[in-house]
Amino acid sequence: MAGKTLYDKLWDAHLVQERDDGTALIYIDRQLLHEVTSPQAFEGLKLANRKPWRLDANLATPDHNVPTTLEERKAGNDGIEDPVSKIQVVTLDENCDHFGITEFKINDIRQGIVHVVGPEQGATLPGMTVVCGDSHTATHGAFGALAHGIGTSEVEHVLATQCLIQRKMKNMLVKVNGKLGKGITGKDIVLAVIGKIGTAGGNGYAIEFGGEAIQALSMEGRMTICNMAIEAGARVGLVAVDQNTIDYVKGRPFAPKGDQWAMAVAQWQDLHSDADAVFDAVVELEAADIEPQVTWGNSPEMVVSVNAQVPSPADQTDENQKKAYTRALEYMGLNAGQAIKDIKLDRVFIGSCTNSRIEDLREAAAVARGKTVAANVKQALVVPGSGLVKQQAEAEGLDKIFIAAGFEWREPGCSMCLAMNADKLGAGEHCASTSNRNFEGRQGFGGRTHLVSPGMAAAAAIAGHFVDVRDVLNADAAH
Amino acid sequence: MDKFTQLQGLVAPMDRANVDTDMIIPKQFLKSIKRSGFGPNLFDELRYLDEGQPDQDCSGRPLNPDFVLNQARYQGASVLLARQNFGCGSSREHAPWALLDFGFRCVIAPSYADIFYNNCFKNGILPIVLDEAIVDSLFKETEAAEGYQLTVDLEAKVIRTPAGREIAFDVDDFRRHCLLNGLDDIGLTLENAEQIKSYEANRKAQSPWLFS
Ligand code: SF4
Repeated sequence: MAGKTLYDKLWDAHLVQERDDGTALIYIDRQLLHEVTSPQAFEGLKLANRKPWRLDANLATPDHNVPTTLEERKAGNDGIEDPVSKIQVVTLDENCDHFGITEFKINDIRQGIVHVVGPEQGATLPGMTVVCGDSHTATHGAFGALAHGIGTSEVEHVLATQCLIQRKMKNMLVKVNGKLGKGITGKDIVLAVIGKIGTAGGNGYAIEFGGEAIQALSMEGRMTICNMAIEAGARVGLVAVDQNTIDYVKGRPFAPKGDQWAMAVAQWQDLHSDADAVFDAVVELEAADIEPQVTWGNSPEMVVSVNAQVPSPADQTDENQKKAYTRALEYMGLNAGQAIKDIKLDRVFIGSCTNSRIEDLREAAAVARGKTVAANVKQALVVPGSGLVKQQAEAEGLDKIFIAAGFEWREPGCSMCLAMNADKLGAGEHCASTSNRNFEGRQGFGGRTHLVSPGMAAAAAIAGHFVDVRDVLNADAAH
Repeated sequence: MDKFTQLQGLVAPMDRANVDTDMIIPKQFLKSIKRSGFGPNLFDELRYLDEGQPDQDCSGRPLNPDFVLNQARYQGASVLLARQNFGCGSSREHAPWALLDFGFRCVIAPSYADIFYNNCFKNGILPIVLDEAIVDSLFKETEAAEGYQLTVDLEAKVIRTPAGREIAFDVDDFRRHCLLNGLDDIGLTLENAEQIKSYEANRKAQSPWLFS
């Protein structure tokens, strides 16, 4: 019999019941909650007179709607100007208090984007099943955990039963061979993967990322990659557990301690695909071929190297693709054949659950150090992923580097990733963004998003247009 | 979800075909963070003379005296008599939430929109399909006799009129089982509670750090 993939192992370990119709009851070890997708789930529980099955499996924090300026933030929930945002945040507090669920409230140092907070607290552990009412829950797969987003009715289902009704997915392996060049990051890898397989390429699959380049990545880099599995169409992204994973988890507040730590580490050794495991699909990339990536259109698959040109609809063979390219060029205000480096920027956003961890901020600060944001850039935001990331960055003096260069240093939250609070793009404005979605209007009505790595975003802020971050790093090194 | 076994209740007639979900609960009320509390806004545009706003206290709003649910004789109704294609339009689950919150546990009509029909079962409302001619006779009886009540017996799949007439209706066995036992998706999963608990006990023995 062929060996098992990591996904197979995680699935089997959580199987409570298989049913004749191909569905299964899967046990959920951890549910993360935030203010947008939980209110009706809690309401449903109350109406049905139900209690959460297991309180300690849940962890909550507000993130989507919280303001990120210090001024608004100082007043806590009362400082939230938008009434709908405020009601959602207040409701989360009330529900967590009512049921006794642990919550990191708005001004708790541990508050932050739920996908940054989980791993940071050790609330995401290898071998777990992790769910959250948010599609970027795949992030947690970086720890060899089976993690995916769910809808509000499923949030209620998990609260009440600790289980989810699921169908098994297929297995895909994305293998990145060889070593990455200097200045190339997890973000560039995942954008290159999406460029290669398309935004539907992973539909129906759980994607495991492997190969030398992935093994060499930090946990932050792996989280960035798994985070965007959903942009490749896959609800689940995974990376095998190795020493990096174990070192990252050790000592975190929710991580196992004492004897249990040794026990856990022993069990985690098995969290990788067997050598003879069979995948339904395999995609390979050479790390050495990956250059800094920039999206030019309104789908993450519309991506090229910073040294390339905006592609032409005429070169597309597929009719639908031709139309999509034409429409994207129009929305983005770009011309086919235009150099990516000639795209001028109005705003820069460094943040989101994709790239707001300490390593991301270090990478951006290394580029920004001693320089100044270009005059044509109206606003350059740095929004740390959590209060603890912010604290760490400040301890390292990164905030000073950013502020001296003309960046705004904000309080933690989702911010301009989805423009649910006051941080938004104006119509027609181009933004270099480290987030994960470049859809029309995502960062504000008429806004034009270009997805890049943190180093690329910082370099673009300084230059006022896209540049190859490697040139900046080389020039700095020569000084 | 509350069980539905037998219901004896006052009948209110909604004599209008193609009542859509926007009519049942207008879109300005969807921004709510709740799934309860929609009762005062059920049929908002028909029921009140002014335009309803979310979070508004409805007790002081001018009522439309011509609207059937505003008539004294129908206060406290729990069975809604309706015409064909009831619940068409958007798939919002707020529609059954509003009906339920108002107090309706059963709808009787010649036909329903599919999604609405399904959503009713999920929320403990029994939507009964009857022949157009029978529905019509029920409308006549309801309007003729103040305080007209029907007894809906889901177990026996029959409706009894005050005069003792029995009207049989049909409903899918599985859905009937769920309603009789008060089982929604969560309720169904909870039928396996023992299995979940035993899985949990094993897991706890194996990986205790997941339970602290
Ligand atoms: S940062 Fe953006 S993508 Fe991530 S959870 Fe928040 S809104 Fe969603």
